[in-house]
Amino acid sequence: MTDTMRSHGAPARGPSAAAAAVTTGSANALMRLTDPPMRAVQRLIGAARMPYVFLLPNLVFFGLFVFLPIGINIVFSVTGGTALFPAERPYVGAEHYARLLDCGSYLEAASCREDLFWRGVGNTLTFTVFQMVAMVLFSLVTALVLNRPIRGRGFFRAVYFFPVLLSPVVVALIWKWILQRDGLLNAVLTTAGGEKILFFVDPGWAMFWSVFVSVWAHMGFYTLILLAGLQAIPRDVYEAAEMDGTRPWRVFHRITLPLLWPNLLVVLVLVLIRSVQVFDEVFVLTGGGPGTATMMVVQYIYATAFANQVQNFGLAGAASVLLGVVLFVLTLIQLFLTRRRAS
Amino acid sequence: MKKAAWMAGCALALSILGAAGARAETTLRIMWYSDGNEGEVMNDLLRRFEEKNKDVKVVLDQVPFKAINETLPVQLASGQGPDLARITDMGGLAPYLLDIRPHVKDAAYWEQNYGPFLQWMRVPGNTTAIPGYMTQLTVTGPFVNKTLFEQAGVAMPGANATWEDWAKAAKAVADKVQAPFPVAFDRSGHRFFGLAVSQGAQMAETGGELKPVDDGFKRAAKLVVDWHKSGVMSKELWGAVSGTAYRGANEEFKNAQVVFYESGSWQTAQFDKTIGDAFDWVAVPTPCGPANCSGMPGGAALVALKTSSHPAEVGRLLDYLASEDVAAEFYARTLFVPGHIGLAKKGIAYKSASPQAAAALKVFGDAVGKLDPVAYRIQGDPSSRIVFNAAISRLGQVVVGETTLDDAYQRISADVAQQIAERKKKQ
Repeated sequence: MTDTMRSHGAPARGPSAAAAAVTTGSANALMRLTDPPMRAVQRLIGAARMPYVFLLPNLVFFGLFVFLPIGINIVFSVTGGTALFPAERPYVGAEHYARLLDCGSYLEAASCREDLFWRGVGNTLTFTVFQMVAMVLFSLVTALVLNRPIRGRGFFRAVYFFPVLLSPVVVALIWKWILQRDGLLNAVLTTAGGEKILFFVDPGWAMFWSVFVSVWAHMGFYTLILLAGLQAIPRDVYEAAEMDGTRPWRVFHRITLPLLWPNLLVVLVLVLIRSVQVFDEVFVLTGGGPGTATMMVVQYIYATAFANQVQNFGLAGAASVLLGVVLFVLTLIQLFLTRRRAS
Repeated sequence: MKKAAWMAGCALALSILGAAGARAETTLRIMWYSDGNEGEVMNDLLRRFEEKNKDVKVVLDQVPFKAINETLPVQLASGQGPDLARITDMGGLAPYLLDIRPHVKDAAYWEQNYGPFLQWMRVPGNTTAIPGYMTQLTVTGPFVNKTLFEQAGVAMPGANATWEDWAKAAKAVADKVQAPFPVAFDRSGHRFFGLAVSQGAQMAETGGELKPVDDGFKRAAKLVVDWHKSGVMSKELWGAVSGTAYRGANEEFKNAQVVFYESGSWQTAQFDKTIGDAFDWVAVPTPCGPANCSGMPGGAALVALKTSSHPAEVGRLLDYLASEDVAAEFYARTLFVPGHIGLAKKGIAYKSASPQAAAALKVFGDAVGKLDPVAYRIQGDPSSRIVFNAAISRLGQVVVGETTLDDAYQRISADVAQQIAERKKKQ
């Protein structure tokens, strides 16, 4: 009989109790095994420094797989040539940054020396604005509906969350199959007597479907965050409003929205960060076309570093650093908002 | 007696150990891509090589073409990589190719039969290296859906027809039979240069600077853009994706949606296999432009890589695969145009080819003889891929109306100059 069983009096029975016993036993054995060396380390460095020992594995992981690549990327951005090893690359200073930022007008990509980078920036901005509005709007509406006592609520919650589980590449391929010349949607259109629409040849349609597919794929996740926020709003506030005879729109505007605002802020910032980083779904869906109408910044970086004949790691590195700065600022905003909410 | 027996036993044990050591296997890895059945055929040949060379095991790693173009160069730049690879960008990867001349039995055989193509694999200035052999010689050229012409009642242009003749005829056919793609070009700079060379493009170097955009290039670019405007070409191929992305129209051709498809000899085997008797298709000679009736040569080579730790075994393997009998079998079973001068002269017996495929291979074989020297020079230029990519990327923008032709010409020149300058930067 384990310690856990004893502490609860009568022993539990069944497979779950057996599993719990095995887990607890294993944990105890592991603790007995690690206890002596940990005590030795503590004697050596003092109890105050022990948290760093526990942080060390994660720090090593982050150092190797996050901070080191960031450092290498910065080195690449100030060196030139096609060599892969930093030691073999000549130092070029801010040449790549100057090239990227050399524009007649930042509002006119064609006036820039590296016009494709600025087309990517423009497309990413467009995508971000439409994606944020659509994502927040649809997630909010869906969360509001799913928060009501409708029939099959659990089923619908699962249905809306399901696309989140799919790989972005799979999502894009499914929609590509639906939207292509001989795809499902055009089959429906022609059956209904309409004309085929070449969605991937028209820049407007291509951007529309890029946003649509992205919203479809990720809406479930943000709906879940908002749903959690809605369920945390005390029922008595609504009951008081009902007793006062407040109209539904006023309830939403004066009660739901303000109390949901912290969750909405988190969703907004998360969607913003994700939109700026968008690549896989759009790349597989449209290939960045037509022309460069849906080519995002990350695709520009990928193409410059890997798809072009001369693999310009330096220029791609500089573009990555600029993108990283934008993402860093956005992350700071998210941290600030999250902390303010917590306090 | 006992001592003698003991010594004999020791000697036997040592000889067994020695023999085991001598038989220790060397594993060679080949990074390989396939358009058709060539991976399958190569595997057969490799197993036969292994039977004759018990000390060597060869693993054929089959990867998508994209991996050859994008992953392999990065691997090689980092000092990693397989022993051999099947590549198409011979000039670009030349610095990473291993010279197997010291390891081949008869270098003269290689020079005699692969000589013109070996130069594509050598770094500029080198005239002696033997880095590998051509698994196929390709030549660009058009495929035509003959059935659509018959259904439309339009006569097919003759042997010396111009590009404009074919465009006009294909549009007439497409209009009558409601085909969505009158003329389709693979979205590839190489295919574009097939047209550009016939229009007089030179891609010459003047004063040490490469001039990708000349009058011939401009004539070809204008034709392509005009064809898109008039509906002869659909934006779905050149306009639908961005940058240097390749987009073929082989699937559309197989589905009888394309009247005239500018691609190349490598499509023959898959059309033969997949189209069957669904419709009649033919390969026709490359249309003529004001300069010539040449397409672009190209091909894939199986090359040795400097990353190999077993150059002698790699040399032995390539010697076997490039030998006349083995190469002949490979070309015949894969329906490839031979990249072996001797076999090209003798002719390959394509026993498994249907009459349609055999006729197409004959057309492409004849086209090799009509290739303009400029086309060979462009293909062998180490900067050719840079120009091809810049051309396709910028012309794609013009096709969808993002930019003008004049602006595209400037951008192509700037892109090429910038990439060549970047490549020259050394520590």
